[in-house]
Amino acid sequence: MSTEARAERFAAADWGGGVLPYRVGHRKLGMWLFIVSDCLTFSALLMGYAYLRASNVWPTPFPFYPSIVFSSVMTFCLLSSSLTMVFGVSASSRGDKARARKWILATIFFGVAFIVLHLIEWRHLISEGLRPFYLPEHWVNVFTTTEGVPPTPLFGATFFTITGLHMFHVATGAIYLSVVAARVKKLKHEDIEISGLYWHFVDLVWMFVFPLIYILSVDVGGHLAR
Amino acid sequence: MSAHAEEHFAGSNKLFISIWGWLLLLTLFEIFLAYKPMSTMIMLTILLGLSVIKAALIVAYFMHLKFERLSLVLTIVPMLVVCILLLLVFFPDSFRSAGLRYKFKEPPPVPVESPEP
Repeated sequence: MSTEARAERFAAADWGGGVLPYRVGHRKLGMWLFIVSDCLTFSALLMGYAYLRASNVWPTPFPFYPSIVFSSVMTFCLLSSSLTMVFGVSASSRGDKARARKWILATIFFGVAFIVLHLIEWRHLISEGLRPFYLPEHWVNVFTTTEGVPPTPLFGATFFTITGLHMFHVATGAIYLSVVAARVKKLKHEDIEISGLYWHFVDLVWMFVFPLIYILSVDVGGHLAR
Repeated sequence: MSAHAEEHFAGSNKLFISIWGWLLLLTLFEIFLAYKPMSTMIMLTILLGLSVIKAALIVAYFMHLKFERLSLVLTIVPMLVVCILLLLVFFPDSFRSAGLRYKFKEPPPVPVESPEP
């Protein structure tokens, strides 16, 4: 048989109808496509942040405590929630729905812990005077360059937009998982796996937001503390 | 592939715990890096490299993509990478606008008027 004929037969076997060409159900494929499009949303926001950062004087205001300590614990919460979610999906693949529900509830717990810690961290910054379009007065004094160029007030806009959208995704995920946990006995295994996909995606986005927003804006010299 | 095999979720709990440990280690390394004096560009490159590794670990093992069909991987990953790289197309502009802003940090000089004839 010629190579072309063989290739044609392979293509017909997958795409000729009657089978799932990717070997995943249509709902799971849909979730993957949603995740891809959401990746683009976050990439565009992070790219916009990088653009503003490259074209402005950027303040680097995060102290070790509270900001970095809080964000590190938040990272720990999200990573652990991913682990418990994987255990949940694994239990559901073995047909152990009761255990899957327990692991999903643990996942929700870590997700809610993340949101609470993040809101406390936001409150610190807001009480310092950070707003979407204003910097606190003393930040402006500290981070103005020797040539007299002030830091950009857009710091707050990028910070609150990116972390806010991510927090919205975590909150949505927690609600989604509560519905899954409540109906876990009625759902198929693949549906639980799909909710896991979404949850891991939220974790994945934080793996980019945390270093780019927090680690790159650490107040290394402790300028604000002085 | 039989229906039973499709239900199977590959990967042992031990594997997932070790992936979780690696992710935590990489995160700790990032926090350690934050307090090392180095230029922003080098720091950004290292951090993005680490983030891509972490994202790959999550996608491959937690999101199970490593155990899916290659055709699904090829449908999702390459076009996402291309689209994200295409976003870089705006970047030269950011350097340009930075230059425009700082050029006139002092008011432009007043042109000297020629003496009356």
